[in-house]
Amino acid sequence: MRFLRTLLDQQEKQFEKGGKLEKLYPLYEAGDTFLYTPGQVTTGPAHVRDAVDLKRLMGTVVAALVPCILMAMWNTGRQAHLAIQAGALPLDNWQTRAMELLRLGEFDPTSLIANTVHGALYYLPILIVTFVVGGNIEAIFAVVRKHEINEGFLVTGMLFPLTLPATIPLWQVAIGIAFGVVIGKEIFGGTGMNFLNPALTARVFLFFAYPAEISGDKVWIAAQTTPDTYSGATWLGQAALDGYAALETGTVSWMQAFLGDIPGSLGETSMVAVLIGTAILIVTGVGSWQIMAGVGIGAFGCAQLLNLLAPYVSNPMFEIPFHWHMVLGSLGFAAVFMATDPVSASQTARGRWIYGILIGVLGIVIRTINPAYPEGWMLAILFMNIFAPTIDHYVVQANVRRRRLRYAT
Amino acid sequence: MLEHYLSLAVKAIFIENLALTFFLGMCSFLAVSKRVQTAVGLGIAVIFVLTITVPVNYLVQAYLLNEGALTWISPQFATYDLTFLNLLLFIGSIAAMVQLVEMTMEKFFPALHGTLGIFLPLIAVNCAILGGSLFMVERDYDLAESAVYGFSAGVGWFLAIVALASIRERLRYSNVPMGLRGLGMTFVITGLIGIGFLAFGGIQL
Repeated sequence: MRFLRTLLDQQEKQFEKGGKLEKLYPLYEAGDTFLYTPGQVTTGPAHVRDAVDLKRLMGTVVAALVPCILMAMWNTGRQAHLAIQAGALPLDNWQTRAMELLRLGEFDPTSLIANTVHGALYYLPILIVTFVVGGNIEAIFAVVRKHEINEGFLVTGMLFPLTLPATIPLWQVAIGIAFGVVIGKEIFGGTGMNFLNPALTARVFLFFAYPAEISGDKVWIAAQTTPDTYSGATWLGQAALDGYAALETGTVSWMQAFLGDIPGSLGETSMVAVLIGTAILIVTGVGSWQIMAGVGIGAFGCAQLLNLLAPYVSNPMFEIPFHWHMVLGSLGFAAVFMATDPVSASQTARGRWIYGILIGVLGIVIRTINPAYPEGWMLAILFMNIFAPTIDHYVVQANVRRRRLRYAT
Repeated sequence: MLEHYLSLAVKAIFIENLALTFFLGMCSFLAVSKRVQTAVGLGIAVIFVLTITVPVNYLVQAYLLNEGALTWISPQFATYDLTFLNLLLFIGSIAAMVQLVEMTMEKFFPALHGTLGIFLPLIAVNCAILGGSLFMVERDYDLAESAVYGFSAGVGWFLAIVALASIRERLRYSNVPMGLRGLGMTFVITGLIGIGFLAFGGIQL
């Protein structure tokens, strides 16, 4: 370890002002502070005394994401293998040939290794493209605009692939993350200065730009599915057609959906993995539990209300009870990892409750009464990102008014 | 019946938002969105004026301009079609209504006039207001529908400008590239807010 420090210190003078590689200082700085806690301290009177800086904070989020990532790989492989077992042909691509080369060509859905390897063959290229494209854009901006490379992108880059379907073309991944990083974040000046969650901006951009591939009413399974071999609609889509009956009589049990053994975007399916991440975020205090609880309360209340209204409307989605809403689609993933982004969420304590509850309500509303979109969480969060500054403004104003009244006389 | 009006309102507020979908009323939308307080004032004024002028213009359209509308004066006008005058008359009636509203307000609600007063003349020539009336004609709303439409179109515009203003207030501390500062950035933000409002596209009640 000492060797690493000496190496970094020796190189430092090349990157400092007047050095040969002065322009590339942000790259050096990013590497250095990623490995070691920086030595600089604030000089002004107001500062927070804590060993945890932004980089460790973001590192915790990545650690909390690990269960989701593992589930993403396993589940992608498993869903593909289940489809193949049911009669679908494997896709004609390099992933299939790699599987055959690795002697895993039977596509056995019960084998942990085969499932995970097959899933990783889809997940890792998406992850790599995200980091190469997004990371380079981030570095170029840092060098040109002379700010530091922030670990904000580390989280964005981990979150974004998990929201994508496994079969997405890689060029779309590149375009999406480029839009998210440039328009969602860098033109505002980088991490902490944006008002939309960059990963969500990227995902929503893809959603509206390439609706055919990514709109989400058909399942994304890495196999050649035909209507004969595999029914094409997601469970949310089926519920929209047949209501609760589709889930009751369907082939998926609630427990299966809870564990994440259902088709869907890479990282969103498993509630268990999300709950592990939730525990990490709440125990370390990195994610705001007010927002997570708010989303839960909002979604629960809204689902109950719609259930009460169900006998009076023809829309079968109204019948879905909350415990199914919770495990289908991406409610958990969105509430825990997307809504709690500290930059784009509300910043006041009371504002966080309002923000979370409104996301919960909106997400269920979009999912239920908007036939155009089968899933609503990313749009609900993006919408509330836009109104988070308004909420904050009024919370602060109310506070000011209360205090003024208290000291008026 | 109620459902119909509710659906109309949701559509006017979120899906066919005057500012974000049709980009109407942009001049004041961009210029008066630097502070939340003034944005709220302007937004309320827009709600107020739209709620009044759209139904009034419906009456103008139905009893003066449509083909055969003038028969209430004399049956010999049955073949007259004055719809080509609607642009002129609408602007005229909007200006007149705004003046009337301002004078009434000044006399009877001086406090409200104090907050909204400066914005009222400003929005007499706002294209969102005229746009509201023209959409009313194009979509064949009746009197009640045009009142609901006017009010909810105003609410949609209000929400958009308040969101924009609070985002701009918050971004005061951000580090926007030189060339994008000011208006350029505001356009980008407006576009991003527009994407956010797409969340409601296609909602059916």
